[in-house]
Amino acid sequence: MSEIILQIDGKEVTASEGMTVLEAAQQAGITIPTLCHHEKLDPYGGCRFCTVEAEVRGWTNFVAACLYPVANNLVVKTRSEKLNRIRKMILELLLAHAPDAFDLQDLAKEYGAKKDRFEKEASFCIHCGLCVRYCAEVKKKNAITFVDKGKTREISFIPEIASKECWSCKECFPLCPTEALQAAYVLVQALAFPSLESTPAE
Amino acid sequence: MNNDRINGIFNKYQGQAGSLIRVMMEIQEEEHWLSREILVKISEKLEVPLSRVLRIATYYKSFSVTPKGRHEIQICTGTACHIRGAQSVLDTVQDLIGIKPGETDLDQKFSLETVNCQGSCTCGPMIKIDQVTQSRLSSAQIADLLKKYD
Repeated sequence: MSEIILQIDGKEVTASEGMTVLEAAQQAGITIPTLCHHEKLDPYGGCRFCTVEAEVRGWTNFVAACLYPVANNLVVKTRSEKLNRIRKMILELLLAHAPDAFDLQDLAKEYGAKKDRFEKEASFCIHCGLCVRYCAEVKKKNAITFVDKGKTREISFIPEIASKECWSCKECFPLCPTEALQAAYVLVQALAFPSLESTPAE
Repeated sequence: MNNDRINGIFNKYQGQAGSLIRVMMEIQEEEHWLSREILVKISEKLEVPLSRVLRIATYYKSFSVTPKGRHEIQICTGTACHIRGAQSVLDTVQDLIGIKPGETDLDQKFSLETVNCQGSCTCGPMIKIDQVTQSRLSSAQIADLLKKYD
């Protein structure tokens, strides 16, 4: 595998072909904030929170670090005035959905995002897809999925599968950056298998 | 449920995960909606996770996961048809069959929905029943037309 040398925040970083900017940065000890990234899962590029400035041949592009492949002579900036503004905006939009999520609140403090900027529409889900992808890619159970589209898109457990698999797994719970999944799980549990309330799993 | 036709579709695409949407479209055509039973069967026959079948069924507007009537009435409320009086056509139809857009009547005869431009602006206001386009109908004509369906 050929080596690639690129620059991240003024630092020379060596990476191998096929890596993403995010991986190269993490290897070099540079932090790029992420929300929908998980090392065991394929890159998703859903939250755009890892947006960085990538300069190729004098042109600056705003790209998602978790998807953008490294290239020779690439100059990456992970913090700048404009990037802070972009991340602040993303946070404010997400906070309208999950105003009480701790992960988001911590980031909001750092970027000065106000949670009241946009009208609240608390669905408690920021559509990071971590639970859905974890279940499909790591556990290969497909017990949870996104249903519907656009502003009514939401996560949903499939009762037929969830009733068999989820009780002994629940590995997607701690992944959730908000507490939406917990809520949805409890909801499905109540709707689909009420008997489990009183009788714990075998 | 027309089992022979449905089984025919399944036999044709057995195990072909790539034909998922194709199969769903053909069954939607046949049954006018996709029941839970059918969705589970699709996932088994095509060897795709049920979660993916559900995601696709809820994503595309052409799939319905609630029962639809045997005849689908579409009324164009696009700009041109609106100006030419789509609202009165819609009101007439609503009065005649007693359902609002997005609904299906009790004996599953008609489903009513409003659509946007279907490309027949010159003959608006347009009403489409089972893909047959009718234009510039009076209330009486609409009543006569609806009587032909059962």
